[in-house]
Amino acid sequence: MAVRVREEAEVELVDLETTSLRELNQRLHDLARAPGPAAWRVVNPNGAHAVACGMDAEIEVEIEGHVGYYCAGMNKRATVRVHGNAGPGIAENMMSGLVVVDGSASQSAGATGRGGLLVIRGDASARCGISMKGIDIVVGGSVGHMSAFMAQTGCLVVCGDAGEALGDSIYEARLYVRGRVAGLGADCVEKEMRAEHAAQLGALLEAAGVEADPADFRRYGSARQLYNFKIDNAGAY
Amino acid sequence: MCGIVGLFAKSAEVEDHLGEHLAAMLAQMSDRGPDSAGVAVYRDPAPLGSSKLTLYSADPHEDWSALGSALSDAFGGSAEASVRASHAVVLVETEAADAEEWVRHHRPDLRVMSAGSVIEIYKETGLPRTFVEQFGLADFRGTHALGHTRMATESRVTTEASHPFSTGFDLCLVHNGSLSNHNRLRENLRREGIEFQTENDTEVAAGYLAWRMSEGASLEAALEGCLADLDGFYTFAVGTADGFAVLRDPIACKPAVLAETDEWVAMGSEWRAISVLPGAAEAEMWEPRPGVVYVWEKARV
Repeated sequence: MAVRVREEAEVELVDLETTSLRELNQRLHDLARAPGPAAWRVVNPNGAHAVACGMDAEIEVEIEGHVGYYCAGMNKRATVRVHGNAGPGIAENMMSGLVVVDGSASQSAGATGRGGLLVIRGDASARCGISMKGIDIVVGGSVGHMSAFMAQTGCLVVCGDAGEALGDSIYEARLYVRGRVAGLGADCVEKEMRAEHAAQLGALLEAAGVEADPADFRRYGSARQLYNFKIDNAGAY
Repeated sequence: MCGIVGLFAKSAEVEDHLGEHLAAMLAQMSDRGPDSAGVAVYRDPAPLGSSKLTLYSADPHEDWSALGSALSDAFGGSAEASVRASHAVVLVETEAADAEEWVRHHRPDLRVMSAGSVIEIYKETGLPRTFVEQFGLADFRGTHALGHTRMATESRVTTEASHPFSTGFDLCLVHNGSLSNHNRLRENLRREGIEFQTENDTEVAAGYLAWRMSEGASLEAALEGCLADLDGFYTFAVGTADGFAVLRDPIACKPAVLAETDEWVAMGSEWRAISVLPGAAEAEMWEPRPGVVYVWEKARV
């Protein structure tokens, strides 16, 4: 279904029904080398893959509709807002910047992300934050099974419930869950919520624009029995 | 990787354009499965006492009218064959089991793609877009339909190994994924009297459902049995005379999206497939939960 959006001043409007995805992404990539529009609006994504991925510029991209695989993948510095649902691998391997999904996200949201903030206002399904390496993820709803699998560093905040095997084989990522956890994965344990954690969680919730009281959350992390944790290297995490 | 689509009409308007919508959905899934495509369409119920067969011939010069005459001599009625590319649908004035038995005995060179009273299955190797044109998919009216685009991993690229697989009268299965215990399970099912025509993994799942249901299991119970007895990755869509069902394995690597409006219920491997339907932008959309059976059925009149 075509979405008609009034063209506003200084917002670069791209309609994916008439512009190819390759052209859109090329124009966004060009901003890493030469200045251009700072605000973009993409309409009629119709589930396309890899929309607005690989950016490296301080710009804002609003996407009106549902996107398919790997939207905003490898993002650096840019802000991407998806006014719809996202398919598998949203913000995969994000380096920095902000990605916000108004709806829900499919599996492997924020997979292997190295930095930046991913906010999913609805639910995220299986393997949310799998192998995360520094990204922060805030989910307004619930996450599916095997979330934060082999998560290395960064924070996963879940305002709803978490599915089976949360944090399986986790390294040093921090997991904050407000609702019920169906089950913890290997080497993942509940940990004490100290003041520093409440402060970190409060800041993440505020950055994500989610109203929730850090006191309602529990913290989970690694028991450090499954990998060789050396205290001398703690600063690296 | 493969692509699955399903469409269930909730209005006469969507029934009238079912084939057109199905063709558009299938085309969207081309790059998930460019080597073969297939559909099961539920349409034109056979009159009481009659049944409908979809037959496939590898011979492009197949004399379908001669086959129609032979069936008409055997069972009475007109038994006219309605031909679409390499397939033909014949209406036979007898029960589906007898009609199928007759074809297997007298024309073992033909392949029975489907048997029942409402189902028609068409499948062929080649690009989905070509398939859609070859078989005139856009003409079809019907109540509901499933479709599949295949990227083969477990068996050869042939018409026979394409999906949907028939699992019994008016029943069919399409599959995205791969099963790892299909060889052993095929042997076990053969001992139970289930026949297999290929070495394909999905056919084993189809055979498993047929066997469970012949033992008295409901469709839902048979699908729940898959969770215990099938090892591997799968998103299944199963078509029945009255509707369709969806099941994802508990690991849920294979994607699926469901969406519903007042006019239709649709499933697709991706939103792209559903986005081409009228009113899609306003549809309620969600991802089916792993290991949960979803069923839509028309109320029986």
